[in-house]
Amino acid sequence: MANRIPRVAARAQDPKVRATNFEEVSYGYNAEEAQLEASRCLNCKNPRCVGACPVNVKIPQFISKVAAGDFAGAAAVIAEDSSLPAICGRVCPQENQCEGSCVLGVKFEPVAIGNLERFVGDWSLENGGIEATVAPSNGHKVAIIGSGPSGLACASDLAKMGYEVTIFEALHRPGGVLEYGIPEFRLPKSKVVAREIEKVKALGVKFETDVIAGRTITVDSLLDKEGFEAVFIGSGAGLPRFMNIPGEQLNGVFSANEFLTRNNLMKAYRDDYDTPIHAGRKLVVVGGGNVAMDAARTALRLGAETTIVYRRTEKELPARKEEVHHAMEEGIKFEMLTNPVEILGDEKGWVTGIKCIRMELGEPDASGRRAPVEVPSSEFVIETDSVIMALGTSPNPLISRTTEGLEINRRGCIVADEVGQTSRKGVFAGGDAVTGAATVILAMGAGRKAAAAIDTYIKSK
Amino acid sequence: MFKIVKKEMMTPTICRMVVEAPRLAASALPGQFLIIRADEQSERIPLTISDFDAEAGTVTIVTQQIGASTSEICSYNEGDCFADVVGPLGNPSDFVTMSDEELSGKAYVFIAGGVGTAPVYPQVKWLREKGAKVDVIIGAKTKDLIIYREEMEAVCDNLYLCTDDGSEGFHGLVTGLLEKLVTEDGKQYNQAVAIGPMIMMKFATLTCKKLNLPVIVSLNTLMVDGTGMCGACRVTVGGKVRFACVEGPEFDGWQVDFDEAMRRQRMYNTEEKEAAEHHVCRIGRGK
Repeated sequence: MANRIPRVAARAQDPKVRATNFEEVSYGYNAEEAQLEASRCLNCKNPRCVGACPVNVKIPQFISKVAAGDFAGAAAVIAEDSSLPAICGRVCPQENQCEGSCVLGVKFEPVAIGNLERFVGDWSLENGGIEATVAPSNGHKVAIIGSGPSGLACASDLAKMGYEVTIFEALHRPGGVLEYGIPEFRLPKSKVVAREIEKVKALGVKFETDVIAGRTITVDSLLDKEGFEAVFIGSGAGLPRFMNIPGEQLNGVFSANEFLTRNNLMKAYRDDYDTPIHAGRKLVVVGGGNVAMDAARTALRLGAETTIVYRRTEKELPARKEEVHHAMEEGIKFEMLTNPVEILGDEKGWVTGIKCIRMELGEPDASGRRAPVEVPSSEFVIETDSVIMALGTSPNPLISRTTEGLEINRRGCIVADEVGQTSRKGVFAGGDAVTGAATVILAMGAGRKAAAAIDTYIKSK
Repeated sequence: MFKIVKKEMMTPTICRMVVEAPRLAASALPGQFLIIRADEQSERIPLTISDFDAEAGTVTIVTQQIGASTSEICSYNEGDCFADVVGPLGNPSDFVTMSDEELSGKAYVFIAGGVGTAPVYPQVKWLREKGAKVDVIIGAKTKDLIIYREEMEAVCDNLYLCTDDGSEGFHGLVTGLLEKLVTEDGKQYNQAVAIGPMIMMKFATLTCKKLNLPVIVSLNTLMVDGTGMCGACRVTVGGKVRFACVEGPEFDGWQVDFDEAMRRQRMYNTEEKEAAEHHVCRIGRGK
C-alpha cells in the first residue's frame, strides 16, 4: 500500500556546517523524491487538507500530477489558488494547516505537502512554468501600498484582469517581510523572492520603491491627484514591541526587526556590504515565534553563542515545528518557562546580562492557553552581550494617521471586512495590516480576495 | 535612481548637493529628514533636508565627511546618481501648523552647530515668511567651517557667529553667546531651537533651562528604515521611550535624556572602526 512508504525527508545541510553559513538549510526534493512522496497521498474523496489551507489549494489534485511526473500540470493546479508556491512551500506553518489535517498523519506521518509545494514552485521558477494570461488593459488604475505577500498577490490578480497596477514600497527593495524579515537560509532572496517578483513585473505591474505611504504620498493623494480608482493597503505589521523592563535602552538591546533588517535587507553578513551589525559573543533572544527562531539562528551564524528565552514550554512555542527543530539541531540553547525581568549593563551602558525569573503554567487564560505565572524568588542571571526582543509586531500607524475616515481597532489594525473593504470607499486592505502579525499564506489570500472585490467595485462605478 | 544636479564643497569636508527627488520634494516640510543609500552595498544614512523645491523636484542635502558612508556620499559628483533617496521622514516642525497671527508675535532664536546649520535654514525661512522674529547663532570650530552665512543673513533678523578659536565673531561656544545675548544684551525670545551635534544640543538645552527658555532639539539618532520598523532610534523623552524617526526628530529639549542618546549613538562604533580599517574603497564603482 502506498501509505506504507515512509515520509521522504528533504535533504538538508549538515547542522554543524550550516551554523556557519547563510545558505539555504533545506535542499528540497529532486524529481524522484517528489514523485515518491507524492505517491503516498491517498487522494481522499473529502480531502481535509484543502479545507485546512487558508487559500484552499487543490492539494490532492496537484499531488497526483506530481506523482504522474506532470510538474507543469501540478504548477497549473496550484496557480489557480496560490501565486507564491515557492515561498509558501518554505514558510507556511504546514503542521497547523494542510499537513496537520492529513489523514495519514493519524497513524503515520502526514504527506509532506509543504515540500511538494516547494518542489513545484521551484520547478516552475526554473522551467518557466505556466504562461499567465493577461487581459488587455482596461484603462483603470489601482495603487497597492506595500510589496509584501498581500500586495504582490493583489497586484498579480488585478494585472491579469487588465488593470494598470502600481505597487508603492517604502524600502529600497520590494518583497516586504520576505525581503527584510525572513533570513536567506530559510527563504533565498535572489533564487526565490526576486524571481517571484520578476513574475509579477512580467504581468505589467509597476514598482515604485522608496515611496512611503503616509509621508511621501498619502492614500488621498493617490485617489485625488494621481488618478487611481482604488487603493489596496498591504503595509504589514512592522512596528516592534518591547517589554518595558529596566535596562531595555542599554547598548546591545535590539528589536528583532532591526537585527533581521540589517542582516537580510541590508546584507550585514556579507563583507561587500557596509551595514554594521552587533551580535556579540553571547546573545539572548526573547520570544518563541518564527521571528525569534530567525533572529537566534542568524546570531548563531554571525558567531554568537545563542540562547532563546521563552515564558511557556516547548509545546506552546508558536514557531513552525521545523524551525524549532532546525534551531535545536544547530545548537541554539532554549530556556523555557523563563521570563526576563531586567537587562543588566556595565558602567559604559553596554549589556552584560539578563535577569530572568522561572515561570510555571497556571490556569488557562482567555485564549485557552495556560498562562505562565512567576515562580517566587527564582530569579537568575544569564550572562550575555546582546539581547534581541522578538515579541511580535503591530501595524505601522503612518497610514491610518494620515488617512481621514480610515477606521482602525484598538490594536492599531485597519478594520476591513472579509473581502478587504475598509471604512473608506475605494480603499481596501489585507494581510498583517488588518490581522496583526500572521502568516504569508493568509496575507496572500487576503490580497487575492481584495483583488476580486476591487474588480467588482470598479466595474460597478 | 536619484540624480545629483548640483554639488559644491562648502568647506574641505562639508558638501552641498541638490538631488532630483520629485515625490520627496513635493511633500517635504521644515523639520523633516530623508535617508540616502549611495549604492547597492551602502548603508542607509539619515540626513536632514536643507532645502526643497517642489517645482524643480529637488531637495538639498548637506553632508559632512565623518565616516565611510558620509565620505562615500561626498565623493559623488554632479550627474552621478544615488541608488535611493527616500522621505520626507519624521514629523515637520510644530510651527508649520501655526497660523501667521500666532507666529507674528513670536521671537525665535536658533542655535546651529556645524553641519546642523543647514537644516536650520528652511526653518528660519519659513518662520520669517510667516512674520516671526528670528535670530540665528551659528557656531563652528573655526572661521573656515562656518556654513550658510550669506544664506542665513538674507533670511534672519540678526545673525550671530561664534567660533571655538575666536577666528570669527564671539570667541567661545554657542552656549556662552546665547547667555550673553539674553542676560547682557537684553534679547528676549519665546522659543529656542537647537540643531547640531548631540553634545551641543545637550549643553544648549542646559543653558536654555537656566534662562527659562523652552528649546526644541532635532535628534540625529541611528536609524535603519526611518519608518518606525527597527527601533534603533529609541530615545527617552520625559521618561518615556520614543522613536525619533516617527515621533520626532524634534522633541522638547528639556525632556530629552541626552546622555543616553549619546551613548546609543555610539552603538556601532566598534564595528564602524573595524570597517574603516578594513574598508575596501568602492568609490567610482556601480554609478
